[in-house]
Parts: sequence; C-alpha cells; structure tokens
Amino acid sequence: MHLDHPETYPQRYAAAPSRQRRAPTPSSAPTTRPDGTRRALRIGLGGPVGSGKTATVAAICRQLREELSIAVVTNDIYTREDAEFLLRNAVLPAERISAVETGACPHTAIRDDISANLEAVEDLEESVGPLDLVLVESGGDNLTATFSKGLVDAQIFVIDVAGGDKIPRKGGPGVSTADLLVVNKTDLAPLVGADLEVMARDARAQRGELPVTFTALTEPDGIAPVVAWVRERLACWTAAA
Amino acid sequence: MTAVAPAPAASCGVRAAARIVAAPDGRGGTALPVLHGEGPLVPRRTRAARADTAQVTVVGAMSAPLGGDHLRLDARVLPGARLAVGSAAATVSLPGRDGARARYDVRLAVDEGAELRWLPEPLIAAAGSDLAMTTRVELAEGARLVLREELVLGRAGERPGRLVSRLTVRRGGRALLDQEVALGPGVPGWSGPAVLDRYRAMGQLLIADPWFEEHAPGVVALASDPAEGEAVLTPLAGPAVLVTALGRDALTVRRLLNAGQRAAAPPAG
Amino acid sequence: MTTTTATRAALLVLADGRFPAGGHAHSGGAEAAIAAGRVSDPASLEAFCRGRLGTAGLVAAALAAAAAAGANPLLLDEAADARTPSPALRMTARKLGRQMMRAARACWPSPALDALAAARPRGAHQPVVLGLAAAAAGLGPLDAAHAAAYEAVSGPATAAVRLLSLDPFDATAVLARLAPELDRVAELAVAAAESALDDLDALPAASAPLLEIAAEAHAAWPVRLFAS
Ligand SMILES: Nc1nc2c(ncn2[C@@H]2O[C@H](COP(=O)(O)OP(=O)(O)O)[C@@H](O)[C@H]2O)c(=O)[nH]1
Ligand SMILES: [Mg+2]
Repeated sequence: MHLDHPETYPQRYAAAPSRQRRAPTPSSAPTTRPDGTRRALRIGLGGPVGSGKTATVAAICRQLREELSIAVVTNDIYTREDAEFLLRNAVLPAERISAVETGACPHTAIRDDISANLEAVEDLEESVGPLDLVLVESGGDNLTATFSKGLVDAQIFVIDVAGGDKIPRKGGPGVSTADLLVVNKTDLAPLVGADLEVMARDARAQRGELPVTFTALTEPDGIAPVVAWVRERLACWTAAA
Repeated sequence: MTAVAPAPAASCGVRAAARIVAAPDGRGGTALPVLHGEGPLVPRRTRAARADTAQVTVVGAMSAPLGGDHLRLDARVLPGARLAVGSAAATVSLPGRDGARARYDVRLAVDEGAELRWLPEPLIAAAGSDLAMTTRVELAEGARLVLREELVLGRAGERPGRLVSRLTVRRGGRALLDQEVALGPGVPGWSGPAVLDRYRAMGQLLIADPWFEEHAPGVVALASDPAEGEAVLTPLAGPAVLVTALGRDALTVRRLLNAGQRAAAPPAG
Repeated sequence: MTTTTATRAALLVLADGRFPAGGHAHSGGAEAAIAAGRVSDPASLEAFCRGRLGTAGLVAAALAAAAAAGANPLLLDEAADARTPSPALRMTARKLGRQMMRAARACWPSPALDALAAARPRGAHQPVVLGLAAAAAGLGPLDAAHAAAYEAVSGPATAAVRLLSLDPFDATAVLARLAPELDRVAELAVAAAESALDDLDALPAASAPLLEIAAEAHAAWPVRLFAS
C-alpha cells in the first residue's frame, strides 16, 4: 500500500495512554542564554544510517531558513561527512554548520557525554546567533540511540521503509519514545515490499499517541509534515518564554 | 625531570666552562668582548657569512663529554649584536669509568634587537654513555633566535647511549617552549610507538622572531619518506615556530630541519 | 598531599571513563599510531601507552597535581602551552579542558573553577581544570595526578579496542600491567608539583616527538573516527 498523503498525529498533546512512555520531553538544559534571553529550540534527529536524517535536516533548513535563524550540529561516525553534504548542497552557510567528532560512537556524544555537542551549540549561538532553531543530527548507529534531555528539547527518529517494515514492531527507545517518528522513503515501499499500513499500526502500538509521519523526500514538499511539526514545537517553545 | 632513575652523582670528571659575549662594535659589526674557553670547550672566532655577524666555532679539543664531566657554556648577545655559533664536529657523549652521568649545561641570553644563531653539530650518545643536557634561553621580546638541536642514539651500528635533553626558552620572562626528550636505555617507552619508534635520530629547530607576531605561519607537514624520517613545522603559542624531525640518521634529520627552516624563515633582517 | 579516605569515592567519579567530559571522542594519538601500523596488538599498545605515560602523561599529571595544590592556574596554563608545540594538541587540550570544566562545575561547584572558566572561556588546558576539579571535590594533588596519568593511557586503550577490535580483556590487562608505573608517575608528578609551587620550571616537560608529529598529521585527515 502506498500512502499518498503523509500522515501526522497532532493529537500528541492529548492525555497519554498507558502505552505511552513519556510526555513530550522538556530539556533539562537551561532554557536561557547567559544574557537571560530564551535560547534556540534544539531538536535532535536520530535513526539508522541512511534512513534520511541528513536529507530531512536539509529539507527543514530549506523550508525555514528564510524566516528563522537556523544552525546545524552533526555527529558523524566518520568526521564531517554529513556536514560536508550540507555544505556541498549549500543548505546553510558554512558558519552555521558544526561537526562534532564522536570517537566512533555518536550515541555516546548525543546521550552519555553531551559536552562536545553543548559546546558546539553554544559556539554557534555565539558566532552566528541569536538562533531560533538548532538541529542536532546523530550519525546513525542503531535503534537504541536517543538524545539526552540535557542536549535537545525534542527529538525526531527517522527510519525508512527500505530498512524493512518490521522496524516499528521491533521498537527500541528511538522508535517508541521519540517525540516524532518519521517513516521515510515511502516512495520505495512498493519496490521493497514494505506494508505502510502494518508499519503505522505497529508504530501506534509502540508509541501510543506520540505522532508518526510518513514522508517521501524525493517528492516536492515531501518534508511538509515534518516542517509543520517543527513549527508547532517552535510555537510551544516561544509561548513558554 | 623525567621518569628516569637518578644517576650516580658526578664524581671525578672534568669541569669546564666557556663563555661568549657578543656586542655591537660601533661600526655595524659585532665584537666579542668575552671569548673564553677551557678543557674540551674552546670557542674560536671564525669567518662569518655576514659582515654584521660574529661567527664562533666551538672546537672540541678532547672527546667530550665523558661520564662524570660537567661542562657549561654561557653566551650572551647584547642589544643589537648578531652572533652565530657552530661547532667543528659532532659532540660524542662517551661513558665514563665509573658509570656516572655527564652534564652539559648551555645558558643563552639574547637581548633586545639582538640575534643568535645557535647551530651546533649533532650530539651523539655512544653506547653506554649517559648525558643530561640542559639548554636555557632567555629572549628579550625583540630578540631573534635560530636554535638547532640534533640528537643521535648510538654511533653507526652501535647500541644507543642514554640522553636526556631539556630545552627551555623564555621570551620576555614568559615560557615560550619547554621540551625534554629522554631517550635510550632505562627510559620507559622511548623506542615505542609514541616516542621514537624505530628512528634513532631526532632534531628540533626553533625560530623565534617578533616578525611572527604579524605573520603567524600555519602547520607544515614536511613531506618525507616515512621509512627515512618524518617532520612537522608547528607554530608555537608565542611568535616562534618549531620544526620537529625524526629520522634513521643524522643526515635525514638535518635535511628535514633545513626544509623546515626554508618553509618558515622570516626574511633575513 | 595524600588522599583522605573520606573523599576516595570522589576520585572514582572523577576518573570514571564515563565522566561526561568529552574523553570518549579522543584516542590520545592511538588512531594515528594505528593507522601508521605502529600499534597493532596488545604488545605495541602497551609500548605506546608506556611512552605516552612517561611523557604527556607525566606532564599532565604534574600540571593537575600543581593545580590541585594551589599553584596559579593561569601560569600553569601558560606552562602547558610551552610544553605543547603542536597546535592541534593545544587545541585538543583546551577543548577537553572546557568540557571538563562544564562537568566539574556541575559536580563540584567551586569559586576556583568559576574564576578559571571566566578567565579562559574557550577552555584552559585540561589537566589544569582536572586539578582544580579534584581540589573542588575534596581530593588532593596525588589524586589529581593519578586521574591525569590514568587518563593518559585509558583513552588510547579504549580507542584501540574500537579501532583494532582488540580483545577488550587484553586491552584492560595492558592497563592493569601499567598500574605500578602509573603509581610511580603520579608520585613523580606530585614531587614536581610541590617544587613547582616555588618555581614553575620544576614542572616536567617530557615530550614525545612522534605524538606531536602524528597529532598534526591526524588533525589534517579528511576522515577520522577520533577527534585526536
Ligand atoms: N528514495 C528516497 N531516497 C531518499 C529519501 N530520503 C533520503 N533518501 C536518500 O537516502 C540516502 C541516505 O540519506 P541520508 O539523509 O544521507 O541518510 P542519513 O544517514 O540518515 O543521514 C541518500 O542517498 C538520500 O538521497 C526518500 O524519501 N526517498
Ligand atoms: Mg546523515
């Protein structure tokens, strides 16, 4: 089955059902800059290698860069690969992209020892700020990698249909607890024999009311549902100021 | 200080001191009001490459230093003077009779607007030798220095001796460079993959010049055949650069240091 | 200058490989040595660690001990610069110092840490921060020296496990075999630090030429797994 229209579940702020593991994650990091103004919203993007995290980052930036001040921090397995992609494609000016080296362990850098990432975010604020939005991409490793609340205010977990339609069923902290689950590359579903209906059902079983969206970034405006979600988060973030 | 066990105290060796003072001669050249040596350390004025520079060559009248010897060389370049010091041949550190460590202390001072080119031939640690060398340099802020140190572990085909060499350079009273290399038997890990690996010769060339304040050079990897040697030119935290070179022999190291000097040298002033 | 047993557990917190101060992304030169074929098995890893311990490790341990003993951290920072000719290694030390500062201030808030953070917003050399952190945690110079010396070898050992798929038991056994040397280096460092309270030149300056040369080459690699 092919879903023509990517679906989101904006009712995410509804009361959590018993299966839902936690409410939208407020970051434990201070929410103000040293000068007392509210800092940028930080959104993490995790998920397996090749699922489309960098493509998602690029698409979000292209959609929002005119109206928002955005910066990106990449956490690569191999240094700078993602950062180089974003640079080559002129998604953002070079001074708005920072690559953190992770010693072959991106999940350590985004979850267990976030010091290098925090420094990268603060340096970007200092050099090109004030920023509205910082996207932190994790070099993909596995399904268990999640972002620390000390680093990001919300996280998106990106999987793709090519990885097999079993991934949502398998679950793992990324799939089941991310603030937004993106199932990407729906354009490939017929080719790889992935059943999107099954994926949606399994995801719901894992995630309760937490939103899931299906995307095909190859299609024009395929990023729209993710951008809508980001806008919503931003609105909440500014409203809370 | 290093992680090397202390050697027996120096006992009956030779003690010798040499002293050089260079001052402007008032006619655009450099005079040597003090040029004193003794024992194995004999500084002689020799032909200089430039008219404004005094050239001194230290002639080793005896094989030195031997275990137990204590040599000291002081040189001061007074404001505006230019001194170049070299040596006639490589210095060979040899074992003494009672296994005592030899000491060789060099004290250099370069005043405002003065220049010192300290370019001795290599120091070779012969098998069984044990030498602790210290070089301390006090630079005025407007002083210029080119200083080379080359260390070779063992004469050709010979086991290495032990060599601990500390180079401390202050500029305007503040630490600019402080490096100690400890090599040879008894030094943990010296021939391992963090320190010298298979190389048996190393060299450092320091160029300090106020010119670098405005012309900070970048790092230069001095391309070379890794089987023969490798080297890098690095800018220090102050207005100075250091070339660090490793090679299988003294010739390779010299070649790399020369390449580094060409890559970094400020215009001759 | 000895540990009081009342604070010993703080040393475990500070020296824990999971202390969130950025160390996990640094190989201490091991990645470059492995790429050059110089480190390939437990024996060569041990030789590498021994050389690093006696040079960079000793210097770091003495800086940390001196900072913990109350030497002026800004002068120690300058002394660390003079002992680090490689700009890549100076940058690494400051980056790690800044990360250590963040973790230390969260764990053991202290005016000394605040003052150094204000004076060196881009980061002071990591061992200096480590020493102040140790003092803030109620630890002494010997503890600080042990933590710094241990870090000098534990980083490369962990990196070798990741890069060479080395048997982790072998790699940890290397660290265990080095333990007596670690103790000795820490003691040497403390003795030097005590003298350094009067004369900073008493701090050791032991250098490892290959580490310096390889660090610059490594920093220029377009693709690498570790930051240093
Ligand atoms: N067919 C298809 N390919 C996609 C889509 N999104 C990303 N890709 C491709 O998938 C590959 C991996 O994407 P990338 O963003 O680098 O993955 P990351 O490792 O998660 O950052 C790239 O070749 C992308 O062009 C999609 O929606 N459909
Ligand atoms: Mg990517």
